[in-house]
Amino acid sequence: MSNIFIWGRKNLYPTTGQGIISIAIVSLVGLVLWNFLPWSIFNAVWVADNSDVCRQAGGACWAFIWEKLYFILFGFYPAEERWRAWLVLALFLGGILYSGRSKSWTLSLIVVWLGLVVSMMLLLNGTLLGLPTVETSYWGGLVLTIILAMTGIIFSYPFGVLLALGRANQRLPVIRGICVSIIEIIRGVPFISLLFMASLMLPLFLPSGFVIPKLVRAIVAVIIFSGCYLAETVRGGLAAVSRGQYEAAQSLGLSYWKTMGLVILPQALSKVIQPTVGSFISLFIDTTLVVIISMYDLLGAARAAASDSAWLGFAREAYVFLALIYFAFCYTLSKYSRRLEKDILTKKVH
Amino acid sequence: MDKKAYIIKIEQLNKWFDDFHVLIDINLNVSSGEILVICGPSGSGKSTLIRCMNNLEVYQKGSLIVDGIYVGDNLKDIQKIRTEVGMVFQHFNLFPHLTVLDNLTLGPRWTKNIPLKEAKDMAMHYLEKVKIPEKFNSYPGQLSGGQQQRVAIARSLCMRPKIILFDEPTSALDPEMVKEVLDVMIDLAKEGMTMLVVSHEMGFAKQVAHRVMFMDQGQIIEQNRPEEFFNNPKEERTKLFLSQII
Ligand SMILES: Nc1ncnc2c1ncn2[C@@H]1O[C@H](COP(=O)(O)OP(=O)(O)OP(=O)(O)O)[C@@H](O)[C@H]1O
Ligand SMILES: [Mg+2]
Repeated sequence: MSNIFIWGRKNLYPTTGQGIISIAIVSLVGLVLWNFLPWSIFNAVWVADNSDVCRQAGGACWAFIWEKLYFILFGFYPAEERWRAWLVLALFLGGILYSGRSKSWTLSLIVVWLGLVVSMMLLLNGTLLGLPTVETSYWGGLVLTIILAMTGIIFSYPFGVLLALGRANQRLPVIRGICVSIIEIIRGVPFISLLFMASLMLPLFLPSGFVIPKLVRAIVAVIIFSGCYLAETVRGGLAAVSRGQYEAAQSLGLSYWKTMGLVILPQALSKVIQPTVGSFISLFIDTTLVVIISMYDLLGAARAAASDSAWLGFAREAYVFLALIYFAFCYTLSKYSRRLEKDILTKKVH
Repeated sequence: MDKKAYIIKIEQLNKWFDDFHVLIDINLNVSSGEILVICGPSGSGKSTLIRCMNNLEVYQKGSLIVDGIYVGDNLKDIQKIRTEVGMVFQHFNLFPHLTVLDNLTLGPRWTKNIPLKEAKDMAMHYLEKVKIPEKFNSYPGQLSGGQQQRVAIARSLCMRPKIILFDEPTSALDPEMVKEVLDVMIDLAKEGMTMLVVSHEMGFAKQVAHRVMFMDQGQIIEQNRPEEFFNNPKEERTKLFLSQII
């Protein structure tokens, strides 16, 4: 008991000023929990056939989430083909577990994820595997969010690296100029307008009868947008590699691409792991904006579920549930990046 | 002397950094197997001169021929020259993300397509030569300065170069580590490697150099056999410089 007291004294009340701040924060958290816990747990309804039970209880209606779970996870994906979407989620979790082992931290990890996302798309679509075709417009919910985020990350990263290399290249001023313009223009535009352009204007430029699925257009917008931000992150990493490294690589007779691929990028990229993963996290969160071009990703599906007239008024539950999912993803990612960085650092510097 | 015997031929070479005339009318021939030590005050253009030889710096006027290849703007030629001309830097410039062994095999594997097994054997051979075979699996950050510089020399040797350029190889080292690096260089010199060494290590110059050259303000002021150069300098500037460093 006295241990707790000493701990509290040392960590929460080292000086009067900090003590007052501690007390304020602790009471605020307490107040929030005091109101939140009864609603979310004690008075909550966990199972119910219809919304009447929930309305009488006055607590959170988790039964509503349960009722809409498939819609939130899979959107309008046909019920009889749902096993495919489950399989996609399983593949995704498998990929995460595989990536978690420090043994897997090599460049081949990108290939693994590329393989995963291609298999996921083949599985969801089905045509090439001899399964009934499910058009991309039926993909939705968590599965759609995962597809968007994964393709976004896998393709925008190399795209961003190429842009950064182009921008850093002093010997080819034309390429450099093009890369600078792309980066600066895209970064000066909000993601929403890019999405609108991709979804509304792109079809105008294409020959009639030539249709690109909305999903692909959204993915392209995500890749371009996120690629430009990643390019700036990577540029920071490139600038942090000393000139001596370029000179040593060149004086061995290595060509430009080998110098970059074998010597400069491995160092530059590992110097900026944290901000890179930060970009991935914002990409993941930005994918929710596809709602505005009427795609039902995780957020879109949850909002649609909340506007079902039979279950009206439970939007709060939907958002709390979403917040948990998004938090789980982002937290995992940022934890992962910290481990990755630590691993790389301990390997080299002593 | 027959012109072909020169492995490096420099005629009327001039270089500017913007307005600054850093190398002025340089004429220099180096024969195969020669050990040339270059000294001179800070900023006199010593580094710039030897960096021109593997095109780390470009020059604006004159001509520079290394092993029969004109150093100009032909990319293929330059890469060829770079595989034949090794360079050892003041700050070692080892690749910190690679082990010692990978530092050594990188060049042979990716510029000469030498198979991994063979490249590793060669790397171990040269690590023994620079007397640190036991460190093959360490990262550069785990080595002392002297050890790093010896690994850097081994990295150059793995390319089986005809010439090695040294840019103040010992001036970033703690005094107690200078000798271990110089010893390796002396061994190399005795084996007949062509070496251009920018250095103020006069002991090294007296022991192995065939010629010592003094530069000041972008010009070659004086060059001679070491005993003549040290005992009997002709130019005032050389005398002044020698009196300052000894
Ligand atoms: N990239 C560059 N741009 C502009 N000026 C440069 C550049 N590199 C070197 N210089 C200048 O050129 C001159 C010669 O430089 P250099 O490095 O060749 O001298 P050094 O003889 O090697 O001197 P030190 O003994 O200090 O290494 C110096 O005055 C230096 O400031
Ligand atoms: Mg210098």
